[in-house]
Amino acid sequence: MAATDTQKRKLTVKVHRYDPERDQAPHWETYQVEAEGHDRVLDVIQNIKWYQDESLTLRRSCAHGVCGSDAMRINGVNALACKILIKNLRSDTLTVEPILGLPVIKDLVVDMKPFFDHYKSVMPYLVNDEPAPTTERLQSPEERARFDDTTKCILCACCTTSCPPFWGDRKYVGPAAIVNAHRFIFDSRDRAAAERLEILNDAEGVWRCRTVFNCTNACPRDIPVTQAIQEVKRAMLTGDVGVEEEEGAVALTA
Amino acid sequence: MIHNYHRFDCIVVGAGGAGMMAALETSRRVGTAVVSKLYPTRSHTGAAQGGIAAALANLEDDTWENHAYDTIKGGDFLVDQGPAEVLCREAVECIIELEHMGLPFDRTAAGRISQRRFGGHTKPNPDYDPNAAPGTPNARPRVPVMRSCHSADRTGHMILQTLYQQCIKQGVTFFDEFQMMDLIMVEGECRGIVAIEIATGQLHVFHAKSVVLATGGFGRIWKVSSNAYALTGDGPAIGYRRGLPLEDMEFYQFHPTGIYRLGILLSEACRGDGGVMFNDKGERFMEVYAPNLKDLASRDVCSRSIYQEVRAGRGVGGKDYVYLDIRAETINKYGTSPTGEKVDSHWVEKRLPDIIEFARTYLGIDPIKEPMPIQPTAHYAMGGMPTDIDGRVLANESGAIVNGLYAAGETACVSVHGANRLGTNSLVDLIVFGRRSGRHAARHAMEASFQPVPPKPETAAKAEIEGLLSRPRKEPWAKIRDEMQRVMMDDCGVYRSAEGLERARQTIADLRARFRDLGVQDKGTVFNTGLLEVIELGNLLDLAEATVASAQARTESRGGHAREDFPNRDDANFTKHSFVYRQGEGSTRIAYKDVDTIYIEKDGQRVPKYPLEVRKY
Repeated sequence: MAATDTQKRKLTVKVHRYDPERDQAPHWETYQVEAEGHDRVLDVIQNIKWYQDESLTLRRSCAHGVCGSDAMRINGVNALACKILIKNLRSDTLTVEPILGLPVIKDLVVDMKPFFDHYKSVMPYLVNDEPAPTTERLQSPEERARFDDTTKCILCACCTTSCPPFWGDRKYVGPAAIVNAHRFIFDSRDRAAAERLEILNDAEGVWRCRTVFNCTNACPRDIPVTQAIQEVKRAMLTGDVGVEEEEGAVALTA
Repeated sequence: MIHNYHRFDCIVVGAGGAGMMAALETSRRVGTAVVSKLYPTRSHTGAAQGGIAAALANLEDDTWENHAYDTIKGGDFLVDQGPAEVLCREAVECIIELEHMGLPFDRTAAGRISQRRFGGHTKPNPDYDPNAAPGTPNARPRVPVMRSCHSADRTGHMILQTLYQQCIKQGVTFFDEFQMMDLIMVEGECRGIVAIEIATGQLHVFHAKSVVLATGGFGRIWKVSSNAYALTGDGPAIGYRRGLPLEDMEFYQFHPTGIYRLGILLSEACRGDGGVMFNDKGERFMEVYAPNLKDLASRDVCSRSIYQEVRAGRGVGGKDYVYLDIRAETINKYGTSPTGEKVDSHWVEKRLPDIIEFARTYLGIDPIKEPMPIQPTAHYAMGGMPTDIDGRVLANESGAIVNGLYAAGETACVSVHGANRLGTNSLVDLIVFGRRSGRHAARHAMEASFQPVPPKPETAAKAEIEGLLSRPRKEPWAKIRDEMQRVMMDDCGVYRSAEGLERARQTIADLRARFRDLGVQDKGTVFNTGLLEVIELGNLLDLAEATVASAQARTESRGGHAREDFPNRDDANFTKHSFVYRQGEGSTRIAYKDVDTIYIEKDGQRVPKYPLEVRKY
């Protein structure tokens, strides 16, 4: 492994802190730490918590970018703390804040309920009341590929809380909810695309999107979020949710 | 009565695959609430990668009986055979049920669910010739089979998301970010749980007729682990403290291919799709340890092989890791692709996108161009709370039932994994037995009536929390954790010995004494995660104690339990499950239960259906 991986680096870590039981208002607290290049930002924050200041509060679980617990603003940009390595930081000052647009409960922990309420509002589940076969419902590889990107969402909220229209209007369902609607709208097995498009055909639905692209940049799963939103908009206008005609593509379901 | 009192027919603790599968069943029939310390989609089921096995035979001939044989052999003949047959038979209908729920499996050209190879999954070799020259293809009695249903290398993510979606559709009630503190046990039966609401620090009593524990595993006992921070064995630890036994705790699986130093899992699908492991000299060392299946031998075998290579000085650069190589040119050189046909980098990227991204992010290595440094990582508990095939928790080795209490998933020991779990069978387990637990828990709740809970069921949990808040900090709790993880890794890991285990026992006992004096620095009530982490450490220490005691008592080597001082399997004395009980402070008691064996009639004789054999791959 490269020398930079184990090289110690002295960092000044500025954390945006707020404890509703002690603080009148949020404030910055600064810690001095030494970290190795291959350490994650999550490691740095947890080491502060474990050995310097136990009261520093965050959510985390898997620590490798699949559970979506540790979304935060790192040097001003939304990311998962477990996916940013110290060697990739440009400066020796690391600034960490809670994601924006959701109420702060304590330090880096925000209230996720509004986020999940938006998610639940778009019918994020397969709807198909036709009698199911005794085996699997058939789906061609092309039909499956049509919504592959949006199946990757881990509901971390990096996209929605980086979205300026969402900051300005918290009734906007936000990118994550639209991504999860997209995942079903374009699934050949689903039968509720029209209902979802109706839900999203609203000033607080897809039309609030201003194609800022912050969501796409913030997504730790590399989902082309803005593109997915645009595809939902287009489906609304054309009513077409099928696989694009390509040579060799075979639709197995009507 | 406590202010925060709730009453539901059924409480499910934990919102991973097993918990949500159970909740989907119970909530159709009886009032249900899921109590989970994480938001459901944060559960570690979501980190499972390569697939979920079921003998669908979508790409080649296969039967659930093949799957059952592999499961029993993979578990080194410590698997309960009746439950294993249930697992493999019901896996098929469960996969179809998941697909109907909307799970986006990858597809074959015909639109069926796609399947891939995985370690230890085989079928009889149709061309087998007992007289064939060793090393030739026809000399292999069994050959790898494509049985693992997958969605790229993020199958667990898809299962977790699909089950959560269905819970929303069905209107399941969730208490998110509530951490279980205690079981309410009265006269040997379970009547509910006590949990702390993380956002407020308040205790809640959940009065129930059925309680399903699905709290996951406890891989955070070890230093290098694939497990999430949240996997602290809360269910088994609380049961153990309440006098319930834990089964087969000495059997813990180390997955061979964790990212070096970090322990992050690199799926067995890497090898199922043709990846190969190499030592420092560029040798494919699995040819030596498992001449037939090579890199697709089961996990315990591969992990021990890596340790042997490292001990022989053949770790990369003399260090304690080897390489996993998934480059297309390597797969083609060794002819290890699933179909034997040539593959290209594009194919590898499509099959293993997340693995490739993990390597790029955490190792700074592009596995399309370079091999990845790997080492065995603590991964999965074969042991846990003993249950029957309906998830009912057993009170002892004689099979007495704890009325009202269920366990499913990694929390439980059915036992379908025996001494070593087969890859993908954890997902199969949590779907099949999550569903069965839910069905039985619902039936029990419909037939039973609410029995009273004691006047202040939260007393013990309250005292525990008040103690931690009132004592001075004394030392960082994380130091105790670090010492536990180190001694468990060194002395109760892939290899064990009497001397090392005694050192581990003593260290854990000392750490538990220090733990009792701990206080927390943050005295607040709102989102006091420091407090919760200390409580979780207490759970881990209890489970470390149970693991070491069980490992000391088993003087043989079998599956995931390898004793250097007892290198052979001892079928005469140890074809049986261990049950460990806590007997007062610092003392444990071990009892044993026979393995469930199926007998059949053959030539007028009653013979075992799955005869014991020396486990070779």
